[in-house]
Amino acid sequence: MPDRRAGRVLLAKIGLDGHDRGLRVVARILRDAGYEVVYAGLRQTPEMVAAAALQEDVDVVGVSMHNGAHLTIAPAVVGALRGAGLSTPVVVGGIVPDVDLPQVREAGVCAVLGPGASNQEVVAAIEDAIAGVAGSGAGAGR
Amino acid sequence: MAAGPAEVRPAESNIGSVRAKSRWRKAYESSRLRDVPFETMSGVPLEAAYGPDDGEFPGEWPYTRGPYASMYRSRLWTMRQFAGFGTAEDTNARFKELLASGGSGLSTAFDMPTLLGRDSDDPLAKGEVGRAGVAIDSQVDMERLFAGIPVGEVSTSMTINSAAAVIMAMYIGVGDTTGVERAALSGTIQNDILKEYQAQKEYVFPPRPSVRLVADLIRFATAELPRWHPVSISGYHIREAGSTAAQELAFTLANGFAYVEAGLAAGLELDQFAPRLSFFFNAHIDFFEEIAKYRAARRIWARWMRDRYGATSERSMQLRFHTQTAGVSLTAQQPEVNLARVAIEALAGVLGGTQSLHTDAFDEALALPSDKAARLALRTQQVIAEETGVVHVADPLGGSWFVESLTDQLEHQAEEVFARLDGLGSGSMLEGVIACIDDGWFCREIADAAYEFQSKIAAGRWVHVGVNGYTDGDDGQPPTLHIDPAVERAQLDSLAAVKQARDDDAVRASLARIRTEAADPTINLMPALIEAAARHVTVGESMGALEDVFGTWLEHSFV
Repeated sequence: MPDRRAGRVLLAKIGLDGHDRGLRVVARILRDAGYEVVYAGLRQTPEMVAAAALQEDVDVVGVSMHNGAHLTIAPAVVGALRGAGLSTPVVVGGIVPDVDLPQVREAGVCAVLGPGASNQEVVAAIEDAIAGVAGSGAGAGR
Repeated sequence: MAAGPAEVRPAESNIGSVRAKSRWRKAYESSRLRDVPFETMSGVPLEAAYGPDDGEFPGEWPYTRGPYASMYRSRLWTMRQFAGFGTAEDTNARFKELLASGGSGLSTAFDMPTLLGRDSDDPLAKGEVGRAGVAIDSQVDMERLFAGIPVGEVSTSMTINSAAAVIMAMYIGVGDTTGVERAALSGTIQNDILKEYQAQKEYVFPPRPSVRLVADLIRFATAELPRWHPVSISGYHIREAGSTAAQELAFTLANGFAYVEAGLAAGLELDQFAPRLSFFFNAHIDFFEEIAKYRAARRIWARWMRDRYGATSERSMQLRFHTQTAGVSLTAQQPEVNLARVAIEALAGVLGGTQSLHTDAFDEALALPSDKAARLALRTQQVIAEETGVVHVADPLGGSWFVESLTDQLEHQAEEVFARLDGLGSGSMLEGVIACIDDGWFCREIADAAYEFQSKIAAGRWVHVGVNGYTDGDDGQPPTLHIDPAVERAQLDSLAAVKQARDDDAVRASLARIRTEAADPTINLMPALIEAAARHVTVGESMGALEDVFGTWLEHSFV
């Protein structure tokens, strides 16, 4: 186990989708990697995420989506954070088809973790997001 | 497990007797058979089942080897492909295509707002309308969804839970408006709310009023819909959320026992409603364990129904199930490889004796299935049914030292879970299940198993082809189904038109009736919901009225 505080991560699912297996696994991977995980869980709105990010002073926000609504929701999360005066980076996990990646990136999402992302790719994406390196990850981390 | 009655019932008197095989043979010979040669490709004639004279046979207590004596020799499984996207018209067209290409039943996927009982114009629905399934706001949409499809002849499955009673009311309304007798409606509605709190997380109300809604639908179906399965007790989602096969088996059957107790508490006779309870299991990639799981499920259900709950009808003891291949086993990397996975998983379901089957499309880790991927998925089932010959012999792995031992082990693990739940519920499985939902036990068990599996992959102790091994040759993504953003706009316009055209006073009266009747647990809510549907009260409005009385459920967050 790492002996330093690597950072604080807020994890949430936006909207109505209840598929939380991925988010829960990611929560444990990050916790094992030394991150402090604030698990907001299900049925969050972009506004709730922004409020929690502000209150919990997190370094990065991870949102999980399996409902095909990423083109609506990803920009809304980034927008809500910026609207709250936060520059917190956003990482998206879940199912985002390749053709939608440029649009999600343009919306200000710094990394997308797809199905099959390895533990190392998850940690690297969060590390890079906090360090301000855009476009992290390889393979399933896109 | 509490001790059951000690008397030996007729169904068991046969076990271990040399008459076992002849009894089975008699049942088999009186079955109607399909007109195909039951032989190998080389012409070797095949028995309908193999085993020693005093052994267990299909269609015989405790049904480990299958619910019917003749199994697929009489009737193949129903090839039931799950479909739904966009507007009701879009899905209606896909339904007609599936029926035209040899599908034998329909299966409806609803979009996320519908599943959660919210209308398309609800702020939380934004971006999700018609995305992961079809959007249904009112009975008008339901009529469009089934337009030109004879609902009195085609069996329809509807995958919905929180809003099941409301959607069922609308389907009954489709029958009513097209002149189809309620008694002719055949199909299944998932209506399994307990696993939502455990795994899929599409709940709205707290567990107790939700179970009452399930029981109301069971009661209503028992009285008026003799060909309908009012609950499909589902392990599929438990497994997808990360459970092991043994947990899937145990949690699912425990939920089944809970519904049995809820039906009994609602005043129903066990043998009246138990034969209409059906199950839905996952077909994952660990081939023999899956087959053992289905066999164990049948044996456990038979024992519990007879010994614990006192069933006397054989049909109450015979577990029947639908199977879907494991979505979670599919990879976004080298997606065509998923065709091989799905074929193997589907074969496990068939060798395990499933009554109906959905094969996943190879592109489902990327998006909803394209037309081509959906057709290939159906073709996979047709190859198993028509070419492989595995359908000629029931339970072909019965008697294998390996599979029999695995069946026993899974049964044993499940019984340990039942004992825990029974203890926590002081002799009530329903109370035990609710107590473990309340304290998050199911969620923790499933999340632990999911993490353990992920750790195995991370350590390279389990190879997922194309993901953590054999990764070269990923040629990019095939064309996937694209949901036009115009769908949401069109659905909003159509909803506005429905609201404009209806009688507002009638809507208000219906909503008031739902609230009043929701507050009295002795009243069956189905008639009020059917009346509301006919008056074009929306899904969101009916669910909102129920929520006013029942309240809302939020799970504990934990990591």
